[in-house]
Amino acid sequence: MSKFIHAKAEKNLLVLFLATFITVSIGGIVEVLPLFTIESTIEKVEGVRPYSPLELAGRNIYVREGCYLCHSQMIRPFRDETERYGHYSLAAESIYDRPFQWGSKRTGPDLARVGGKYSNDWHVRHLINPRAVVPESVMPGYPHLATTPLKMDAAAHLDTLKTLGDPYTDEMIANAQADLAAQATPDADTDGLLKRYPKAAVGDFDGEGDRLTELDALIAYLQILGRMVDFTKFDPGQADR
Amino acid sequence: MADETHYDTHGESKPSADSPKTMGHEWDGIAEFNNPLPRWWVIVFMVCIAWALVFAVVMPSFPAAHRYFGGLLGYSSRADLRANLGETANARSQWLEPMKSLSAPAIVANPELLQVAMRGGEVIFKENCAACHGIGGTGSKGYPALVDDEWMWGGTLPEIVQTITHGVRNEDPNSHNSMMPAFGRDGLLDRAQIATLADYIVAISSGQPGKPEGHTLFEANCAVCHGPKGEGTKENGAPALNNQIWLYGGDRNDIITQINSPRHGVMPTWQGRLTDVDIKQVAIYVHSLGGGK
Repeated sequence: MSKFIHAKAEKNLLVLFLATFITVSIGGIVEVLPLFTIESTIEKVEGVRPYSPLELAGRNIYVREGCYLCHSQMIRPFRDETERYGHYSLAAESIYDRPFQWGSKRTGPDLARVGGKYSNDWHVRHLINPRAVVPESVMPGYPHLATTPLKMDAAAHLDTLKTLGDPYTDEMIANAQADLAAQATPDADTDGLLKRYPKAAVGDFDGEGDRLTELDALIAYLQILGRMVDFTKFDPGQADR
Repeated sequence: MADETHYDTHGESKPSADSPKTMGHEWDGIAEFNNPLPRWWVIVFMVCIAWALVFAVVMPSFPAAHRYFGGLLGYSSRADLRANLGETANARSQWLEPMKSLSAPAIVANPELLQVAMRGGEVIFKENCAACHGIGGTGSKGYPALVDDEWMWGGTLPEIVQTITHGVRNEDPNSHNSMMPAFGRDGLLDRAQIATLADYIVAISSGQPGKPEGHTLFEANCAVCHGPKGEGTKENGAPALNNQIWLYGGDRNDIITQINSPRHGVMPTWQGRLTDVDIKQVAIYVHSLGGGK
C-alpha cells in the first residue's frame, strides 16, 4: 500500500503537490493560527502605548539604517541578560511594533531597555562618531542623521497604523504633525503631547535648536525603548510561559 | 538504445547476482536503484519521532484557542529564571543583606563588605557608567572625570550616592538642577565684557590675579555660584574656575563659548534601573577612584 502511494506521488504532479501542500500547511497552521486567538501570548501590563509621531519617525530610521542587524531588542529570560539589561522583554512591549525589532544578532548590546540609560547629548555624540565616547566600539558613525531634516507626513502615518489596528485616536491624528515638532523643540508646550503619549522623552535632542533632524527622531525613539511598562504593577507569575 | 551495461556505478559491465534491484524504469539507459535505507538511519529516525512525542507530552507544546498545553512537567523558562534569581539572591544575601541597611560610609568601614562592594561596583560601573565617564572614570569633554578630586556636586560618599541615585538635570524631581545663564545669547553681557571675563578666568585658572575690570565683572555675575575666588560651589553644581580642570575645555575660546551659551550636562537617574545596594556599591567604587572626599 505505502509503496503504491509513494510511486503514485512521485509520478503524479497533482498528488505530489497536494501532499506537499497539506504537509507544509500543518506546520503553518500549528505555528501561526493559535497566535490570533491565544490570549496567553500577550502579558497583561500597564503603560504600553502607541509610539508618538517623533518616536515613530525614529523607529523608521532605526529600521532604514539597519540597526537591527547588530542590535537586538530582546532580553531573554536568562540571569546574565536580566542582570545586565534589566527585566526580560515581554510580548506586550512589542504590540505596536510593525515589524518587531527583536533581532537575533548582537554585535552591539541589546537595546530593549536602552531608554533613559544615556543622556541625549551622549546619543548625539555616539551616533555621530561612536569612538568619541566608546573608544573600542566597532559601530559605524551616522553623522548624516544630524544634517538631514526630518520629513514625515505624521497624520497619514498614524492613520495607516490606525487602519491596521493601533489605537490612535482622532485627537492624536489631528495633532500628529504638531506633536512631531513639539517633542524635539526646546521649551515647546508639551502638555498635550505628554497626555497623549505618557513618558515620552521631550527636549532638544540634537542640540540644534528648533531644527528637526532625523537624529532628533532616532534619539526620541531610543529614549522610550523599554520604559513604557510599569513594572511596579507587573505580576511575574501571570506572565510565566 | 537501452543498454543494461550502463547502470552499474561500480565500473562492472554486467549486473551480477548481488547488484541492487532497480525501480524498473529507465531513461536513456539510466535506471534507479531501489536500495533500502540503512538500518541505523531508520532506527535513529524512529527514535527521534518517539522522542518528539515524549517531549510534546512533558513540555509545553500544543496551542489551543485560549491556552496552550503546558506539558506534564509544567516547565516555564520565566519561572525557571525567577527560581534562578532567587537562588542567586540567596547566595549573595550574606553580603548584600547587610549592605541594604548600612550607609555607604558604614560599608566602607567594614573590610569584608568593602571588598565585595568594590568588585560589584566595578562591574556596575563598566556596564552603566563607563559609556560616558570612560573606563576607569577618566571622563571626556562634557563628561566629568571621576579620578580627580574636583567634584561639581560633591565628592563625599553620601553626595556621590545622591548624585547617582537621582542624576543631574533629568526628569527625576530630586535630580541636581542648576542652569547657568546664557550671558551672551540672552544679552546679559556684551561681547567686550565676555572677552574681559574670559581673560580674567584664564588668569585665575593659572593662579594669576587677573585684571581689576575682569574681577569686577566676575564678582557681579559669576561669584554668586562659582565663589568669590572661583573656587566653585557644590550646591549649585558650579565647577571651580581657579584650577586647570575643565569640563568643556579651558582655552579662551572654550570659555567664551561657555559664557555665551552654556551647555548643561545631563546624567540619567539610576533609581529604578539600579537597586539601592547597587548604587551604594558603585558609589564606593567611584569614591575609590582617586578623588573621594
